[in-house]
Amino acid sequence: MPDRRRAVKSKYTADRNIPGAFEGETVTRRRFMTGAANGAGAVAAAAFTLPVLGFAIAPIFHRQSFQWQPIGAPSDFPSDTYATKVVTIIEGIGEAGKSLAYVRARNPAIDTEPEDQYNQFIALSSRCMHLGCPVRYVFAAQRFICPCHGGVYDFRGTVAGGPPVRPLDRFYTRLNNGRVEIGPRYSVNSELRRFSPRDPGEPLDGIGQYLYPARFDTSLRPKG
Amino acid sequence: MPRLPAPPLPKILRPKPKRPGQDAEGGALSPVEAGITVADWVDERTSLSPVIRWTLFRKVPRGTNWYYTLGSATLFAFLSQAVTGVFLAMYYRPDAAGGAYESIRNIDDSVPLGLFVRGMHKWGASVMVILIFLHMGRVFFFGAYKYPRELTWVIGVTLLILTLVMAFTGYLLPFDQRSYWASIVGININSGGPFIGPYLSDFLRGGPEFGATTLSRFYSIHMLLVPGAIAALIGLHLYLVAKLGTTAPPWLKANNSEPEPELELESTDV
Repeated sequence: MPDRRRAVKSKYTADRNIPGAFEGETVTRRRFMTGAANGAGAVAAAAFTLPVLGFAIAPIFHRQSFQWQPIGAPSDFPSDTYATKVVTIIEGIGEAGKSLAYVRARNPAIDTEPEDQYNQFIALSSRCMHLGCPVRYVFAAQRFICPCHGGVYDFRGTVAGGPPVRPLDRFYTRLNNGRVEIGPRYSVNSELRRFSPRDPGEPLDGIGQYLYPARFDTSLRPKG
Repeated sequence: MPRLPAPPLPKILRPKPKRPGQDAEGGALSPVEAGITVADWVDERTSLSPVIRWTLFRKVPRGTNWYYTLGSATLFAFLSQAVTGVFLAMYYRPDAAGGAYESIRNIDDSVPLGLFVRGMHKWGASVMVILIFLHMGRVFFFGAYKYPRELTWVIGVTLLILTLVMAFTGYLLPFDQRSYWASIVGININSGGPFIGPYLSDFLRGGPEFGATTLSRFYSIHMLLVPGAIAALIGLHLYLVAKLGTTAPPWLKANNSEPEPELELESTDV
């Protein structure tokens, strides 16, 4: 037992007869050198790793800008069927940045959601809420039908059948100097309550709105 | 019959006098000797030959059969993808405004052998995915994932996932209707995961919408990020294979040269 106790080294370098030890010094120069070299290496690696990681995940926090786009005169849009309008979602990449919107005038007889300045015209996104394929409005059936996996939506864009998890997304619309303008996209739940824009496949009813949180960056309402 | 003296050879045909340092045989080194000399020169400076001997000249269990070549087949599929991919990158342009599609059309229609090389890359992708699954099945059904090869299996599964990431990101690059909509659907499948799904798909797209950077992001992942990781992990995988050796097929019984020890039954009730 006494042998083992003697084998325990003192934490003071001076007690261990290390040359050049200071009074009260506990870190040997070898340990200090190792730590400093490793620390410097870690700082150097972090200096290029952290900015690059931030660079890669920054889009999650990036605010998407959206201009109000004029799409026609109020008389272009009947209330009993849809007119199709090509809207630009992303500038500068041509066809890949465009999307199709189905637009009609608000019809108080069937549109029961509360009326405000942004839904005088109902603009539905053509993106299917199952996995994002483009839906097509079939006039004879008064249904939106998705070619990919058979999603069906009724005239108001709420789910009538198939795998979609919520009604078709909508765009804010407004009247500006006698022109109908189309604004940012928003998502709705099955009662057509507005939510910030979500991806397809994310239900917004019940627990869904908590399982699929909003983006950090998008505001619910347009500013203009 | 006495021989007549031969006529003197012209000077240019006479054997040259030995140079200092030349061995007794004279003349230049034969090609084999030259090769050995070069290899010796390298080996003296790097000591690589034990490494190569350790890697290549291993003992292989009895019963090793063609199923054991599926891993190498996957490796060569990856090498084929890497080589054809590097050369496709010389002509490809990751431009979402239409340049990507045009550059693929240019490869197919105008570049000499372009259709052939792109075809190798395109079909080779499916071949690699099929081979990696067959290899995985072989390892599973032969029980080759068991101790002490668990880490080899874990690295292999990581390689499988990375291969599927390659297949997913590569699918977008031709940027035709099929690849565009398939990527939309694939990204939206990602967003179906609760809590992190929306952020994951934002990361993949480089924003809330499929935009200008989505294509270049996929291109960078496809040709720089994941291939580097795959190459590094293949190196580790092969190191473990060489280190631990391969397994015998499960239908072979252990054939020990020494006879089985006889069980000595001791009666406990004295």
